[in-house]
Amino acid sequence: MIQLFRPAFVLLLGMTLLLGIAYPAAITGIAQLVFPAEANGSLIKRNGAVIGSSLIGQNFTDPRYFHPRPSATSGTDADGNSVSQPYNASSSSGSNLGPTSKALIDRVAGDIAALEMKPPMPVDLVTTSASGLDPHVTPEAAQFQVERVAKARDLPVIVVRELVERSVEGRLIGLIGEPRVNVLALNLALDDLATKRKLP
Amino acid sequence: MTLNGWAQIALFCFILLMLTRPIGGYLTRVFTGGKLLLSPVIGPLERGFYAAAGVNPQQGQGWVVYTASMLVLNGAGAVLLYGILRLQDVLPLNPQGFGPVGADLAFNTAVSFVTNTNWQSYGGESTMSHFSQMAGLTVQNFLSAATGMCLAIALVRGFAAKSTRDLGNFWVDLTRCTLYILLPISIVAALFFVWQGVPQTFAASVDATTLEGAKQALSLGPVASQLAIKMLGTNGGGFFNANSAHPFENPTALANLIQMLLIFLLGAGLTNTFGRMVGNEKQGWAILAAMGVLFIAGVVVVYAVEAAGNPFFHQLGLIGGNMEGKEVRFGIVASALFAVITTAASCGAVIAMHDSFMPLAGMIPMINMQLGEIIIGGVGAGLYGMLVFALLTVFIAGLMVGRTPEYLGKKIEAPEVTMAMLSLLVLPLAILGFTALVGFLPSALASLQDSGPHGFSEALYAYTSATANNGSAFGGFNANTPFHNVMMGIAMLLGRFAMIVPVMAVAGSLARKTPQPASSGSFPTDTALFVGLLVGVILIVGGLTYFPALALGPIAEHLAMAAGTLF
Repeated sequence: MIQLFRPAFVLLLGMTLLLGIAYPAAITGIAQLVFPAEANGSLIKRNGAVIGSSLIGQNFTDPRYFHPRPSATSGTDADGNSVSQPYNASSSSGSNLGPTSKALIDRVAGDIAALEMKPPMPVDLVTTSASGLDPHVTPEAAQFQVERVAKARDLPVIVVRELVERSVEGRLIGLIGEPRVNVLALNLALDDLATKRKLP
Repeated sequence: MTLNGWAQIALFCFILLMLTRPIGGYLTRVFTGGKLLLSPVIGPLERGFYAAAGVNPQQGQGWVVYTASMLVLNGAGAVLLYGILRLQDVLPLNPQGFGPVGADLAFNTAVSFVTNTNWQSYGGESTMSHFSQMAGLTVQNFLSAATGMCLAIALVRGFAAKSTRDLGNFWVDLTRCTLYILLPISIVAALFFVWQGVPQTFAASVDATTLEGAKQALSLGPVASQLAIKMLGTNGGGFFNANSAHPFENPTALANLIQMLLIFLLGAGLTNTFGRMVGNEKQGWAILAAMGVLFIAGVVVVYAVEAAGNPFFHQLGLIGGNMEGKEVRFGIVASALFAVITTAASCGAVIAMHDSFMPLAGMIPMINMQLGEIIIGGVGAGLYGMLVFALLTVFIAGLMVGRTPEYLGKKIEAPEVTMAMLSLLVLPLAILGFTALVGFLPSALASLQDSGPHGFSEALYAYTSATANNGSAFGGFNANTPFHNVMMGIAMLLGRFAMIVPVMAVAGSLARKTPQPASSGSFPTDTALFVGLLVGVILIVGGLTYFPALALGPIAEHLAMAAGTLF
């Protein structure tokens, strides 16, 4: 038995150095060199300040912006109690509510009632994502909000609608994945549009 | 359901089939000690390990020493990981300043990662330091995967051997598997994932000020390096709490396709390795075919049920399938496909919250695990689990025609069947036993989030996942209590090691036998008839055991839903 301990300890130590230290360190080194933007979180900067990541959703509530899906993430308040904190990117989480849960159906019904628009509407607009950080909505869910955004911004509906159409990302080689709209990218484009229109 | 959906499923299956034979050939060369393309680079490192460890790579081991070596390595690994987690506050690379992990949680996590379960009672980004994630968890991701593959290869050697005690050398198998298979593929995959947008940095987080002026702290870390082996080794323990649903852990549909392929890559390849090592590749394809039938059946059910959606949502005027707990970039089809893959294998990574699946769609992952994860399965564990069912199948076929059963020329006799049944009984005993125990204890039941049959499903899923060493969850279940941490730790240990030891006894017993040439009375095991019989035995012996429990959970919930009942 005792002769089994030497190989076990040597392998465990050697493998920890190789797989636990050298491997992640080497990947980090190469990644920082070759893909610095991606390796550091695909950050979006405006005037030198980080305004978010192109991969992580944000909690838009202003009617002038397109809204993301509801988010089930939580955070802690000053007293250390767990409170709802949508799009908390340091604590990813889904709602985990079951399909026959009264809490789920009540929440969805409440979210529908809170919207200005009436059903029928796309299901993703009132369901929480798995991570609580979903950066996308379906093209239908974006189109559904066009009139509200156009009205709030005093823009022609057709202009906003075209912007949404241009923002749709399709399937890879027409096959893999699902059509989607990145809400943060769309809202940035919307702000840019407003700036441009103000200029003569 | 859409045509595109079926096309995405077909594409996955096609690529996997194309990869099976090349990977199978490569694995065979690694485990038979052949020269490899990477030998000039890795050879010196490999020989250095043997020299330092005092291992003679030529020396074979019998099943007892092989198994004991494995147990010592895994035991030492668990102790080391427990120590790292308990001391992470004083160890380096803790930019978030996390305190030590509590005793019950550290025990649960150490067992979880050593047994290839990767059940997570914690949220990664809010509990684990970078050092714990790298030097602790990532290392065990590699070693637990390599352990599974070594054991599968030892069993295959038992079938292929001609009256010998020698099953190979565990230290050599483990070293070669890690250095020639797991590490190179992980390096390529990790860099691919970074390219797709997965972070790889030692920084803890970045603070952003959103467009509406709110503060958003973006958790970062060395994610890609852990992600690669997490999928390849069918470990499944996420860097982030939301696992592969987190946009940083699975940013694009392409990254998702590669993750799904990585889960099945080695398990599918091993069926071909099995065929090659026993001298008839068709034997491997027969095993893969049986796995394939069960896999496709599961995918069809989950996809159909999820695409049909939640009737309560439809009553509120919502259009589309069930998107609660799913990401838009993956949609219904990839979420359904991933859920079946991750539970067919012992991966347990998720891109959608299984707790929010429709009742019958949530049942399929449970069945996949309860069958013992033999549909491709965990790396290695899937193959030896499936071969146990194959032994049982030839035994039952032999009983039907009144001949001594044989498999691959080896007579299957009382000791092998006894051991095979022992390993098969561990799973139902632990899954149903622990779930029943939870049902008796009000304090344990406090962990359920949902009431009604779905609450029962949460407990059943948790102990199924732990015992089957899967690690996925009905996430509403609060497993991070001392009771559940300890009980699930025990369930994981039983599900891994109480199954492995009898399987290795079978390997030892088979190796000592002299192969008999096939006669006209032998039952051929590379035919469609055998595949059909094998699938039948799996469903009857493996599946029916759980029917009463499933009837109380997902089936009752489905019927209640059809009647319009909410809980």
